[in-house]
Amino acid sequence: MSTAATARPAPGTGRRLLTALGTATPVYVLLATVLIALALTDPGFYEADRLLAFVKRAAPLVILATGQYLVIVCGEFDLSVGAIVTAGVVVAAQLYASFPALHWLVATLVLLAAGGAAGLVSGLVTTRLRVPSFITTLGMMLILEGAVFFWTGGSPQGALPAAFRALGRGTAFGWLPWAVPVCLAVGVGAYLLMRADFGRTLLATGDSERAAHLSGVRVTRVRVTAFVLSGVAAGLAAVLVGGFSGVSAQAGQGYEFEAITAVVLGGVLLGGGRGSVVGAMAGAFSLQALFTLLNLRGVSGALESTVQGVIVIAAVGLGAADYSRLRRRRTRSPDTRSPEGTTR
Amino acid sequence: MRPRSAPLTALAALLGAALLAGCTSDAPADGPAAPSAGGSSAAADGSGDSDFFDQAEYDRQLELAKETPEGPKGKPWEQMLRPEFVSTTAYAKKGGGDAHLCFSNAGVFNPWRQVGLKNMRAEVELHEEIGKFTVLDAQGKDDKQISDIQELTGKGCDALIVSPNTTATLTPAVERACEKVPVIVFDRGVETDCAVTFISPVGGYGYGAAAADFLVERTEPKAKILALRISPGVDALETRWSAAKRAFDKAGVEVVDAKFTDGDPARTKSIVADALIRHGEIDGVWMDSGATAVAAVEAFEDAGQEVPPITGEDQQDFLTAWKEKKLTAVAPAYPTFQWRTPVIAALKILAGEEVPKEWTLPQPVITEADLDDYLKPGMPPLHYAMCGCEELPGFPEKWGGKE
Repeated sequence: MSTAATARPAPGTGRRLLTALGTATPVYVLLATVLIALALTDPGFYEADRLLAFVKRAAPLVILATGQYLVIVCGEFDLSVGAIVTAGVVVAAQLYASFPALHWLVATLVLLAAGGAAGLVSGLVTTRLRVPSFITTLGMMLILEGAVFFWTGGSPQGALPAAFRALGRGTAFGWLPWAVPVCLAVGVGAYLLMRADFGRTLLATGDSERAAHLSGVRVTRVRVTAFVLSGVAAGLAAVLVGGFSGVSAQAGQGYEFEAITAVVLGGVLLGGGRGSVVGAMAGAFSLQALFTLLNLRGVSGALESTVQGVIVIAAVGLGAADYSRLRRRRTRSPDTRSPEGTTR
Repeated sequence: MRPRSAPLTALAALLGAALLAGCTSDAPADGPAAPSAGGSSAAADGSGDSDFFDQAEYDRQLELAKETPEGPKGKPWEQMLRPEFVSTTAYAKKGGGDAHLCFSNAGVFNPWRQVGLKNMRAEVELHEEIGKFTVLDAQGKDDKQISDIQELTGKGCDALIVSPNTTATLTPAVERACEKVPVIVFDRGVETDCAVTFISPVGGYGYGAAAADFLVERTEPKAKILALRISPGVDALETRWSAAKRAFDKAGVEVVDAKFTDGDPARTKSIVADALIRHGEIDGVWMDSGATAVAAVEAFEDAGQEVPPITGEDQQDFLTAWKEKKLTAVAPAYPTFQWRTPVIAALKILAGEEVPKEWTLPQPVITEADLDDYLKPGMPPLHYAMCGCEELPGFPEKWGGKE
């Protein structure tokens, strides 16, 4: 979280705290609220195995949100992650159809590499050809969806062996779903990454590309790396999703918007430059918890997207309002504050 | 004060919306349908009765299911129930030469259709008198199929086989084709009888009732049943559900959820896992098709629960799971061997031999007793056992199996 503050001209400690709180506080409040509501609705939710099952269910979204965070915080979008998940699951099934004896680790690495490659293409097209990432990744999504349809005829084919599926479905020591440590490792990794130099330059790029460039940041390389990491995250999510549910030609459907929702919910500013990766992950957990709550309350299926829509709009509205308030405070004294604001 | 209060307002609105959504529907019995729901009023709610319900047809199918079909034994794709023959001399192909058969396919968007198309192609290979076999794939799109049918009628086809994507929308296109070539409709129906013959198994009511009756038999009264349906608005599927609904209502069994899975394992698994969280336990699972039955079974296993009586279909992965996990199960089939029949019918029509106006094929149900007859080792998980393809050229390799 402190990375957000250090990337800009250092304000006073109080303001710095406020900046940090301003972006991520709502999501913690929301997460707490939903968790309390869950406890009231169904106390059984907090039994260890149910809770672990919840984390397992949330793991792909958390991983995707982490990847999406990296892209959003440097000022871009990645709409292709859902399609990468679907394509990953289908590719894994095709791999096993051709090489039935393939070791699960090899298949997993292939998916990570393939996801990274898709991210690399998106990143290069966005930075080198100057195609807006919204269009690039939308195109990538359509290309992959078309490819999946071409391979499969629109229906699942083949099967995934139990060894490969263990990561998404199996448990360690008979009680700990493998997805939980995987999710934890990604979280810790992303946190450390954001505290390292890379994180600082990523935030600086998102905040002001020109300023970052002038101060020696290799903007293009940073952005491309963010896309690659988002692709790798999607590849990993594909391993988990494929493991959880087996071959499916729609495994990743809707994940791109869930990931973006989670990131926005986590207080990350669309357009980049502000927000913490922990907040983004908390956003993912909140979203999954909210879905669980809706399910328990008897609201299901169709309304999930409605709720998601409300959340995205509300969270962006919240973020924008918050942002301009802080900027106004910093740039003007309260008595000269104009209604137009200064930033947008 | 506006800038200060805006975030709070937004947060309040957000939480309010979430809570509102949480409170509007507390009744678990009929949750809203999947997002894909649209069209008829029956489609808007997965648990409602169907616009497609037809009492006379329902009664007829339930009787047919008990009857013995006419035709060669061991070749169900040539058998027929209660045939009423029509003359086809008007369509007899004049002069010699090879026949050109055309097929407008709704698509191969599920494993059932993929196996079916393989059956049909293999059946075509059996007949040397077929010189050319043209297939156009509509990829599940009505508009594409309408233009496909138009294109095929202008291509010099001797007979046109149509597997319609949807019932109502394709009717005019089929009617226009009927004016030019003999048309054979199979699988899903259309709302016209202009086709020379309509080929289908007994039907959805028979299927749905067989599955529902099994669950009613194997569960206590007041049992909680989870119903999983593919998608709304397809007559072959709507009929299955409406028959099941009647059976459940009659027996006083509670359907706690009726959900649309889109035929997707990932979605199915989530739906079953959600249902288990919400209802604690489920006493039976009714499915309108078996493609996702294994995903449903897995959801119970992953939740650490015993798999309740479940209905599936004749798909290899489900039959294998049934055998290995000793499930209490039944598998009504919507047999893929019906894809062989249109080719046979087309050749009969072109030879001027009479065919039944409605060619009703038998629709066997796989039970515990004959599970082993249908379970074929070496076949891929998404193969349909009731393909009638064992004697066809290229079996089992063309179906993805091993000797």
